[in-house]
Amino acid sequence: MQKSLHLDPAKCTGCLQCEMACSYEKLGEFNPSRSLIKVFSFHFEGRFAPYTCTQCDEAWCQRACPVDAITLDMSTGAKIVIEDKCVGCKVCTISCPFGTVNYVQQTGKVAKCDLCGGDPQCAKACPTDAITFIDANATGYDRMKAYAEKSLPSAEASA
Amino acid sequence: MSWTKKILRVNLTEGTCTPEPLNMEWANDYLGQRGLATKYLVEETDPTVDPLSPDNKMIMATGPLTGTMASTGGRYSVITKGPLTGAIACSNSGGFIGNEFKNAGWDMIIFEGKSPTPVYLYIEDDLTELRPADDLWGKSAWEADEMLHKIHQNPELKIAVIGRTAENGCLFAGVINDLHRAAGRSGVGTVMASKNLKAVAVYGTKGVGSLDNPDAFFEAVADGKEVLAENAVTGQGLPTYGTQVLMNVINSVGGLPAKNMRDVGFEGAENISGEAMHEPRPSDGKPNLTTNGACFGCTIACGRISSIDKTHFSIKDQADKTQYQGSSGGLEYEAAWSLGADTGVDDLDALTYVNFVCNEDGFDPITFGCTVAAAMELFEAGKITLEDTGGIELKFGSAEALVAITEQLVTGEGFGAEIAMGSKRLCEKYDAPELSMSVKGLEFPAYDPRGFQGIGLNYATSNRGACHVRGYTIASEVLGIPVKTEQTDTDGKPELVKAFQDATALVDSAGICLFTTFAWGMDNIAPQIDAACEGDWSVDKCLEAGERIWNMERIYNNAAGFTADDDTLPKRLLKEAIKSGPTEGQVNRLGEMLPQYYELRGWTPEGVPTAETISRLGL
Repeated sequence: MQKSLHLDPAKCTGCLQCEMACSYEKLGEFNPSRSLIKVFSFHFEGRFAPYTCTQCDEAWCQRACPVDAITLDMSTGAKIVIEDKCVGCKVCTISCPFGTVNYVQQTGKVAKCDLCGGDPQCAKACPTDAITFIDANATGYDRMKAYAEKSLPSAEASA
Repeated sequence: MSWTKKILRVNLTEGTCTPEPLNMEWANDYLGQRGLATKYLVEETDPTVDPLSPDNKMIMATGPLTGTMASTGGRYSVITKGPLTGAIACSNSGGFIGNEFKNAGWDMIIFEGKSPTPVYLYIEDDLTELRPADDLWGKSAWEADEMLHKIHQNPELKIAVIGRTAENGCLFAGVINDLHRAAGRSGVGTVMASKNLKAVAVYGTKGVGSLDNPDAFFEAVADGKEVLAENAVTGQGLPTYGTQVLMNVINSVGGLPAKNMRDVGFEGAENISGEAMHEPRPSDGKPNLTTNGACFGCTIACGRISSIDKTHFSIKDQADKTQYQGSSGGLEYEAAWSLGADTGVDDLDALTYVNFVCNEDGFDPITFGCTVAAAMELFEAGKITLEDTGGIELKFGSAEALVAITEQLVTGEGFGAEIAMGSKRLCEKYDAPELSMSVKGLEFPAYDPRGFQGIGLNYATSNRGACHVRGYTIASEVLGIPVKTEQTDTDGKPELVKAFQDATALVDSAGICLFTTFAWGMDNIAPQIDAACEGDWSVDKCLEAGERIWNMERIYNNAAGFTADDDTLPKRLLKEAIKSGPTEGQVNRLGEMLPQYYELRGWTPEGVPTAETISRLGL
C-alpha cells in the first residue's frame, strides 16, 4: 500500500514540532530554517497551515531535472533528490507548481521531502494529528465521512 | 551541550556588538535564561542603579532547552532592574523569537549603555549590527514589526519590539514579540526604550544541536509529551479554554477579586470566561475565539486567537482601527481578570479590544487594569474628579471609560499619563496609598490572597512583587497539583510556597514553559535537561539551582533597598474580610506564615539570607 502525508490545517496549532523533527532527521540538529515541511501562520486570520511536497506521480521537478538527480523511491513513491548528482541548477524549483522543492545555499543543492524512507518524522512529531501518514487512496476519507454525516436526515425528521 | 556557549554583548553607547564565550562555570550553577542572566546582571551592575539610566543593563536570554524538541522549548526572558518596582525584573515570553536567538547561535544578548539615537539590533547568525531606527520610533509594535519585515524582505524574521507606551515612559511597558507574545511585567520595555533600542530582529539558520545524550533526550521528551497529552489540564482544559479555563473555577471557589479587590466574586465573570469565548455572537454567528495557537515547540497550545465583534463600539465604523478587524492574541485569564473583573467591566469585546491594544503598543494588561481599577475607586471616593480625567466618567463597570483611558495611555495624553505611572504612584499622588493593590509596586494577578492563603505568602515574598508565576500555589490550593491543600489553611503553606518558588526558578531557567508543571514534576523536567546538557542535572541539583537563583534575586533586592517590611500585602487584604461567598470572613493571615517561611529559607527574621545559607548555596 502506498501512503501519503495527509495535512489537515484545521488541526494545526503552529507549534513547529514537525519542522524540528524534519531538520533533526536530515541534519542532526533542530533547524526550522532548513525544514522540508513548513508551517505557515496567517496570524490575523487565526489560521495555521503545514505544507510540503505531495509527491506527484508525474513530477514536474523530476521531468525538469537535466541531470536525472530526482528519482522515484519505489518503496514509498517519494521523489528523492540524489545529492551527488544534483548540480544546483534550480530548474526543478522553477518547475514545481507548489514551491516545495528549494535550493539550499549551505549545500549548493536542492532539497525536498523524501518521506524519510517511509517513516516521516513530521507526522510522528505532530501532537494534534494535523499531519498523518495514511493510505494514499484514502486521504479524503474523513472529509467524505463528515459530509456524508451532514447528508443524513436529522433524527427529528426521520422520526 | 545545548547551550550555544556564546553570548552577544551590545554596547549601545559605543554602537558595538561583541561576541564572547558563555561563562560555563556560571551555567553549571544557574542553568540559563532567568538564573544565568540574573547572575550576569548581579555581577555586572550596581543593585542601586537607576533602572532607566544607561548604567542599568538589559539581558535577553534563552535556556538550554530553548529551540529543542522538548515540549514548550521556545521560551526567552528579559532580565533587568525594573522601573515600576526597583526590584529585579525578569519577564518571560513564548512565541517564536527564543528559538530564533538560539538558531542564530546566541544564548543571550546583553544590552548596556544608551544609544544617542534610536536603533534596532539586526541579527542574522554571526552578522550582528545596530541599525538606525529613526523611522520606527513613534510607531506601534505592530507597525514596526511590519516595517522590519518589509525592510529585510524576510517573512521568517522574528522581532521583539517596544510600542509607543514604552517610548512615552509608561512604567509598565513590555517587550512584544511575534505580535502577541510579551515579556510583559515590571516595565522591561520601558528600560529598552530608555536605551533608545526600538527592536531586535533576528533570523537564525545555524541549528540547535549537540545534545549531550540524544537517545536519552528523545526518550525523556517523548515521555514528557505523553504526560502533557494525558493530563486533564494540559491535555484538555488549556487547549480548549486557554488560561481562561480558570475564570469560572476561581470565581466559584471564592477567590476572584473584583473592583480593585474590594470584593471577592464577580457577578459578570461568566460573561468574560473561557466558555463565553466559545459562544456564537448575534452579529455574525461567530464566537470570540477563532482558534487556539501554540508557541514554538509547544504541544499544549493554550494560546487564544480571537476577534472583536465588528459591531462593537470600540471598533465599529472606525477607519483608523482596521488592524483590529481580524484575529489576534488574547484574551488570557490574567488580562480578562484585570481589565474585566477588577474594573467591573463584563463586556468581552471591550476586553478583547483593550487586550489587542496592549499587544499592539506593548504594555502589561495586569498592571494597567489594576491601575484603572484603583483610579475608578479614587474617582468614586471623589479624590479624582472629572477635571482630572478630562471628562472621562471613570466608573466601575464602564467599558466606555476603560476603552477611552486605554487610548489615552497609548498616546500619553490626558489622564493616560497618570495611569502610565502604575497604581502605587497614582494612589500616592491622590493621597490614598492604601488603594494601590500591589506588592513592591507590582499589581496583583487574578487570585485573591484572602481566598488562597498560600498565594498571599507567595505574592508578599515574590522577588518581583505581586506575581503568580513566581510560585503558583493555586495549582495545589485549587487544582490539587501535586497534592491538594486547603485554600483557607495556613498550615504547610510556607513549605508549599518555598517549594513552588524554587522549582519555578529552575523551570524559568531551562527554556520551557511553566504551564508544563500542571502535569510535570521535576522528575519529568530534570531528565530532559540532563540529557540535553553536559554535566549531571539530577532532580536534586535542579532544585538546589532553583533555590540558589531565588536567593540570588533576594540578595539583589535587599541590596537595592528592599527589607522585610516590603514582604507584605495591602492593608485591605490583611484586614478587610471577604464579605460574602464561599470564603466569607477570610483575610490573609500572612503573619502566621512569614516567620516560618524565613526560617525555612535560612533567612534571619529580618529576611536576610544567613551566612550559612549563602555558603550552602555557593552564593
